[in-house]
Amino acid sequence: MPQWPKQSPRRTERSAQVATVELRFTALPEHVRTARLVAVSLARHAGVDDETLDEVRLAVGEAATRAVGRHRARCPLEPVLVRLTDGSGRFVAEVVDLVPDTEPATGGGEPDLTEHAEAEPQGVDPLDEPLPPGIDLAVIGGLVDDVTVTGGVGGSTVRMAWPATETGGQPVFGSPAPPA
Amino acid sequence: MDLSLATRNEGDKTVISVGGEIDVYTAPKLREQIVQLVEEHRYHLVVDMEDVEFLDSTGLGVLVGGLKRVRAHDGSLHLVCTQERILKIFRITGLTKVFPIHASVAEAVAAQD
Repeated sequence: MPQWPKQSPRRTERSAQVATVELRFTALPEHVRTARLVAVSLARHAGVDDETLDEVRLAVGEAATRAVGRHRARCPLEPVLVRLTDGSGRFVAEVVDLVPDTEPATGGGEPDLTEHAEAEPQGVDPLDEPLPPGIDLAVIGGLVDDVTVTGGVGGSTVRMAWPATETGGQPVFGSPAPPA
Repeated sequence: MDLSLATRNEGDKTVISVGGEIDVYTAPKLREQIVQLVEEHRYHLVVDMEDVEFLDSTGLGVLVGGLKRVRAHDGSLHLVCTQERILKIFRITGLTKVFPIHASVAEAVAAQD
């Protein structure tokens, strides 16, 4: 199983223009909400407009849910990584999993669940029948204009970006050091 | 915020009032509620989503599953929702063509199936 790169598990960077927050959590459904809350809080800090914050919340939630599901199926002890970057007029959320992904990434365009919903149940209990694979990425693709999904033997990354005002970003951690 | 669920009967329909967030963590509770109602032979359901603050594709999956389950008994599942941020995911996924979506519980209860 691929391992995370050797680096500080709670790396925090803040250059003059860019601030990064990394959230690493055990692949449990209850932590997806935490990822959403942190993402929205930082997006607001970054100056993402209020109307777009709902998109951030839903898209990061979908990506985190996808990663948690993949980890629980393949490597439940490995944490999921959410990396949030604010700088250069963009707010970027990357959700990274460690599950080898050799299938072509799906997503983009607008999904249509009409046929799935109208189809006769295939299982004994229709409530046990999941939505079609890839619906999470399809929803993200329908929400976010700037999204890329990359995959490989080391895992997959869903990268989403939104415009943010240059002046909207406040220091995420603490304040600048006081003058000596 | 966690998920809140309350049910009441109105005529031949059962109204499920849902509040809070429907996601991968809380959706199983809504699923269990629908299963229980169907087991009690309540096949005409109205899901009132006016107090729902968040809904993702996991929640959609539970609603689609519920729709299929009640339809297997010639039942129905109507939604009540006027919140744009919730309606958006129904539009993205094309499910506005599948679920009857109403502006009020009264309208949903009065709807002909």
